[in-house]
Amino acid sequence: MGRRLILTGNDAAAEAMRQIDPDVVAAFPITPQTELMHKFAQHVADGDVKAEFVLVESEHSAMSATVGAAAAGARAMTATSANGLALMWEIVYIAASSRLPIVMPVVNRALSGPINIHCDHSDTMGCRDSGWLQIYSENAQEVYDNVLQAIRIAEHPDVLLPVMVTFDGFILSHTAEILEGLEDPVVRKWVGDYESKYTLLNTDEPVTYGPLDLQDYYFEHKRQQIEAMRNAPKVVRDVGKAYGEISGRSYDLLEAYELEGATRVIVALGSTAGTAKAVVDEMRAAGEAVGLLKIRCFRPFPEAEIAEKLSRAKAVAVLDRSVSFGAPGGPVHKEIKAALYGTGCDIGLVNYIYGLGGRDVSMDHIRQAFTDLTTIAREGTPSDGVRFLGLRD
Amino acid sequence: MPGLKQLAQREELMAGGHRACAGCLPMTAMRQMLLTAGRDTVCGCATGCVEVVTTIYPYTAWRTPFIHNAFENSAATISGAEAAYRSLRRQGKIDRKINFIALGGDGGTYDIGLQSLSGAMERGHNMLYLCYDNEAYMNTGIQRSGGTPKGTATSTTPVGKVIPGKKQFPKPLTEIMIAHNIPYVAQATPGFPKDLSDKVEKALEIEGPAFMNVLTPCTRGWRYPMEESMEIARLAVDTCFWPVFEVEHGKLRITRKPKEKQPVEEWLKRQGRFRHLFEDQNRHIIDEIQADVDRNWAWLLKREELAQS
Repeated sequence: MGRRLILTGNDAAAEAMRQIDPDVVAAFPITPQTELMHKFAQHVADGDVKAEFVLVESEHSAMSATVGAAAAGARAMTATSANGLALMWEIVYIAASSRLPIVMPVVNRALSGPINIHCDHSDTMGCRDSGWLQIYSENAQEVYDNVLQAIRIAEHPDVLLPVMVTFDGFILSHTAEILEGLEDPVVRKWVGDYESKYTLLNTDEPVTYGPLDLQDYYFEHKRQQIEAMRNAPKVVRDVGKAYGEISGRSYDLLEAYELEGATRVIVALGSTAGTAKAVVDEMRAAGEAVGLLKIRCFRPFPEAEIAEKLSRAKAVAVLDRSVSFGAPGGPVHKEIKAALYGTGCDIGLVNYIYGLGGRDVSMDHIRQAFTDLTTIAREGTPSDGVRFLGLRD
Repeated sequence: MPGLKQLAQREELMAGGHRACAGCLPMTAMRQMLLTAGRDTVCGCATGCVEVVTTIYPYTAWRTPFIHNAFENSAATISGAEAAYRSLRRQGKIDRKINFIALGGDGGTYDIGLQSLSGAMERGHNMLYLCYDNEAYMNTGIQRSGGTPKGTATSTTPVGKVIPGKKQFPKPLTEIMIAHNIPYVAQATPGFPKDLSDKVEKALEIEGPAFMNVLTPCTRGWRYPMEESMEIARLAVDTCFWPVFEVEHGKLRITRKPKEKQPVEEWLKRQGRFRHLFEDQNRHIIDEIQADVDRNWAWLLKREELAQS
């Protein structure tokens, strides 16, 4: 049923976009997203896609044009990284509040400054409260699968929110892997035609997008966004299951890896989850009760599911590839802590900030974290609850 | 080109009851623009007076599709909507002809939205960008913009003991757009409705990007009695402070020449924002403005002559 492909993460996203064949794609180059758009540009040049390809003069305009296109009833996409995402920040919020189901691959890269082109999650973690769904990918296969699923999630009438599919810059974007792709007709059928209910192009029934919304209604509209986000977990899960039926690969909000009987658990997202799996395999073979909880869907944050998955652990290490300056730990850590509050569980919790600016995270680092967890399982949450992995003193 | 009488009989597409000030010429420009463009028109507007007074939720004054995105991206937003239209039309999903018009005040156009405008024009979208230029950030309380005339008193360039208003001449935005080599660029003002309407019609007819800079006096910001708006607008043309002209495929044509070119101070003295210029120590600023107006007018006449030769 599938096609065996050798693709980088960028290629995988571009291949998914070719098959989705959106009506409009707006793009502006930024490393490490560039090759994704090169590939898509070639598809445009070869006539493989029907998309109107708008090569804008900045990411701010990329998101602005994508918003305009989506409001006009088009299935619209763009992609970016780091500073590009930061530049479009203002419009990222507007896309969500306008309930436009835009899908945007974000190739994770450290935010300036100092300038750095390599992976961390400061870019997407920075806009975790923008009202977009965020789905993190572990490898190129997931990049491909997540982009295809994101279309169905975003456009679902109970959701109608934009979705970021994130994957680690260079580590995934520039590394070739073997993966399985679906046939074109299967994808066509999977995504279907996008029918917007309220489009600018319907001049018979004119709509006003983006009105001035003051004390009288702004709050109620925010409530509607909150409700849409609350509806999202079910849709993410249903789409993940349905996707399994056409691909053989089902998806959930989380992935529990060797959690059965695990007393020491690492929580990670992105490509680091792959590294952690290798360590878990090795340590399990040596008879150690370790496991991994991979967060696939960070927004909405599946707190009840996470609390349940971690409820039998004695010690948990949360890995954060970004910093929340001045806060008690990284963004993932804080949310895990909040998810565990009031559940009555007695878990030793530690946070590791790691991999900033593309600093490599090796299997040794993960082993180190599991070793630390042995002490923490015994002694409880340490006083130095936020630590660093792979940082020189 | 429809005459004024015909335009007046057309369907009103801007609902009354919006929140604009009495005597607001930006809204007069909008009305004239919509009467010309008709129902099959998608408008986008930058944050600013027009957007604010027409769309306070749950009301909208727009009887045509409308989108406000943010301050600096009216052009990019409409370029996206136009791209969607081209794509859907190519796929046979829509067949009617639709006009695309991006709107912005001088702040949203000369300043914060200039990049977005430049990009959209360079990409060649089939759209009109119409700047309603009231020569300051009026919506936020009359702050100076890159389009504010030299010598103007604004909230951020007040007349003080040592500084007599704005120090700089405005950015030559219309010239900047002409330099983009787009098929159509024009200056107009609702003070001459037929001239404005003809230009909107032409801008929408021509294939490719078009830009119009429309001077729209603001009774609050310019400090004159509200019933004088149209007169002030016409006087800007008759003093050659705001010549109305068009550049169609590179050929410049002045669409209205004053019978007798009046001194610019005839226009300045009607407005409270220039009152201080008439004090002895500031008179030289009026001379500078006059010299600038004369230079620009001579240059326009020369270019028109060149276009005809």
